[in-house]
Amino acid sequence: MRALDVDYMLGLLPILLGYVPLTLFMAVVGMAFALVLAALMAVERVVRIPVLDIFVRLFISFFRGTPLLVQLFLFYFGLPQMLSFLTTINGVTATIMGLTLHFSAYMAESIRAAILGVDRAQWEASLAVGMTQAQMMRRIILPQAARVAAPTLVNYFIDMVKSTSLAFTLGVTELMGAAQKEAAGSFLYFEAFLVVATIYWIMVEALSFGQRRLETFLNKAHAR
Amino acid sequence: MISVQNLNKSFGATPVLQDISLDIQPGERVVVIGPSGTGKSTLLRCLNFLDTPDSGKITIGDLSVDAAHASRADILGLRRRTGFVFQNYALFANKTARQNITEALVTVKGMSRADADARADTILRETGLEARADAYPASLSGGQQQRVGIGRAMALDAELLLFDEPTSALDPEWVGEVLDLMRKLAESRQTMLIVTHEMQFAREIADRILFMDDGRIAEEGPPADLLDTPRDPRTRAFLRRVG
Repeated sequence: MRALDVDYMLGLLPILLGYVPLTLFMAVVGMAFALVLAALMAVERVVRIPVLDIFVRLFISFFRGTPLLVQLFLFYFGLPQMLSFLTTINGVTATIMGLTLHFSAYMAESIRAAILGVDRAQWEASLAVGMTQAQMMRRIILPQAARVAAPTLVNYFIDMVKSTSLAFTLGVTELMGAAQKEAAGSFLYFEAFLVVATIYWIMVEALSFGQRRLETFLNKAHAR
Repeated sequence: MISVQNLNKSFGATPVLQDISLDIQPGERVVVIGPSGTGKSTLLRCLNFLDTPDSGKITIGDLSVDAAHASRADILGLRRRTGFVFQNYALFANKTARQNITEALVTVKGMSRADADARADTILRETGLEARADAYPASLSGGQQQRVGIGRAMALDAELLLFDEPTSALDPEWVGEVLDLMRKLAESRQTMLIVTHEMQFAREIADRILFMDDGRIAEEGPPADLLDTPRDPRTRAFLRRVG
């Protein structure tokens, strides 16, 4: 047993904090794309567009049915062998792609459930005033589904922030990769990864705070 | 001019509307009465395709739709020529009272936000809801919600307003204010087709009352004739029951 090298940790902290923007960048961009893709797939699953429905179901099945790490390796190491224009894909882009596709499959299912949970009367009222299906979804149904889906979607976002650490397996020097390099020099693995764990933990706590604010905002139409 | 010809609708093997034909003149106020489960609501819901009729022809103004071969544009056309007031109000839960009125004006009619707000202010005044303009449906009383529901339908300047038992879900204390608003609309000679159990109200405002039984119009006539000297034994039996 040895003592924890607190000075080393305090010295490492600012270095590793410098990688937080990259982590957040991958997560935020991945989340933005994933939300749009998931909403589109969820609406498709509810209205069932022939042929397209088969592809959407296949997509969701594949990306929920295989590990994220395997998907990242497929995109980064595998696909460029098959499609030559992908040989220039960098690790950050591949990670964002993988996160987007993987999490959109999960999120599509939560959004679909939330859409189906919106009172039938809301659909009928939208149609009765002459809205098209697209207008009804965009203006009335999806905003109400968002309120129901929000806690689950924030959970996926939290998971996505942490999953950016897999980018390190594609050779990206992000939070995890940087800690790995530092520890390899100092041999203080416990200290290095404890700092990494603390940084992730604080980020997630900040997001949980944001989640409460978001839920209050989305509930404002329902407060009595 | 509104015309329904030979409208039929079944739910599975159960016929709900059988060969309904009906003309409504502009400015006419028609009330539909009858026992529950006789297709009154379904008739209203078929006119704007919330329920899809099996066959028949629906004409509203310059649009004639063959129900069996209705295109998406036909259905939108019917919906944009009618306003619908729901039994359970069905206000957009994510919109304030004012936004409930402006939503379709902007999204469907393409009105500017400023014009829609001005129209909403007029409607909110007419429905006595100026003070609640920015309230969400969840914080409104049943009577207030239904007045917004009627205001939302009024705002569209529809050729025909359809009312599907607009007071049936209300606590008794709110029924009066909703009927008062509908009375004002009737006095402005808005064309209305109303399903209701409020017999006194029907007598006051209707030009004509239809009695429906078993998916058919069993008898029709001016309120005094139909309510006081009904010819059909089924009408007599129904009126005895509702007192």
